Amino acid sequence: MKAILELHDIGYQVAQNQILQNISLSVAAQDYITITGPSGSGKSTLLRIIASLLTATKGEILFKGQNIMEIDPIQYRRKVSYCFQQPTLFGRTVADNLDFPFQIRQVIPDVDKQKAALKVVGLPETYLNKRITELSGGEKQRVAMIRNIMYVPDVLLLDEVTVGLDEENKRIVNNLIEHFHTDHQVTILSITHDESEIKQASRLLTITKGRLEESK
Amino acid sequence: MNLDVNNWSLTLAMLLVMIALWIGYREKLGIDREIIIGVIRAVIQLFVVGYLLKYIFKVNNVFLTFAMLLIIIFNASWNAQKRSNGMTNALVISFVAILVSTGVTLGVLILSGAIKLIPSQVIPISGMIASNSMVAIGLSYRSMNTQFRDQRQSVLERLALGGSLRDASIGILRESIKTGMAPTIDSAKTVGIVSLPGMMSGLIFAGVDPVHAIKYQIMVTFMLLSATSLGSVIACYMAYRNFYNTRKQLKESASED
Repeated sequence: MKAILELHDIGYQVAQNQILQNISLSVAAQDYITITGPSGSGKSTLLRIIASLLTATKGEILFKGQNIMEIDPIQYRRKVSYCFQQPTLFGRTVADNLDFPFQIRQVIPDVDKQKAALKVVGLPETYLNKRITELSGGEKQRVAMIRNIMYVPDVLLLDEVTVGLDEENKRIVNNLIEHFHTDHQVTILSITHDESEIKQASRLLTITKGRLEESK
Repeated sequence: MNLDVNNWSLTLAMLLVMIALWIGYREKLGIDREIIIGVIRAVIQLFVVGYLLKYIFKVNNVFLTFAMLLIIIFNASWNAQKRSNGMTNALVISFVAILVSTGVTLGVLILSGAIKLIPSQVIPISGMIASNSMVAIGLSYRSMNTQFRDQRQSVLERLALGGSLRDASIGILRESIKTGMAPTIDSAKTVGIVSLPGMMSGLIFAGVDPVHAIKYQIMVTFMLLSATSLGSVIACYMAYRNFYNTRKQLKESASED
């Protein structure tokens, strides 16, 4: 399978602190990669660099063969979408959040699509008008995830999205990831310590002290 | 005119400063020096400006009037940028925002015939406009800095979803513009009830009929709304990109390269 993402000798340094070094990785289209490693090892930093929310201080990243520095970051982030560990929802209601992906594309929000997405994560369509302050942690994470996939990206970067969730919510989120991987051919890079998700994945990478190793 | 502040009454009025000094001394506030410097500066600055204005009014030259306006606008910009916490280009942004807000407001007042294009009217009015615009811009900068720090996560999420810099900042922009305008809106609501503002008080002092004086105050209220809204909008829209780098990533602060 052709590589969708290629990382060549990525390094990231803040002042004298070397956070990532010599990271090279080839991600094939439709790969499902999980990344583990101790806290502070640089996992989130790596994902944020891939998402173009940070720029590597060394090396280069190719997306479909093109250096990401040559691609408009906004267009790139719509194709390589990053989900945060503890997401913040915007505005007042769930709809405010699910409208955002449409608004940034200057498109009228597709309510049917929003309702269908809510259904996929086990939330009733009446939730569109629910206030975000009334959602549980698991529901917030589910809403945040469908916000990322209202327009299906090529690559989904997941930063410990199931951490702190109960078993039921974990199962729903993992099913959603699996659904997008198999049914929509989305390439997945996921930081996780969740055994069931690691089993689901095709490759397992470990980051220790800013260096990457492949273990599956 | 029934105005008669002679040098002797001014000297006696200086006793009022003694009250402030006495309070500072008794309460051990440690501000005696600040008060004395403040008083000396105020007296010198006002004397200088008094004689300068007398000269400019007498000469009545358009270029000299505009030169004076530019000095006022530059000083206002210099003070506004101090509130920006080291933001790149803050002086230029403040200057453009104050120049446009003062220029447009002044232009409307002159074209509508509310004031005449003579130094004794243009200069004091410009000073009022520029200083209010300056305060509004300073408040907007402060609000922007605080919000970009406090709402960092939310801005990052909007960027991660593929939002443009404007999409990611729009909430902060609106809030910062509102913050800049808030004091003017509040004072517009309470004018006449809580305060009898400077313009109106000055005219009443000078013996003008209060009914006539309020018309000027209404004009001032309108012009300050225009000046603060224009100043805040221009400054905020020019400044928010400073919080991002060329790769459209959120920086740690607006002063970072």
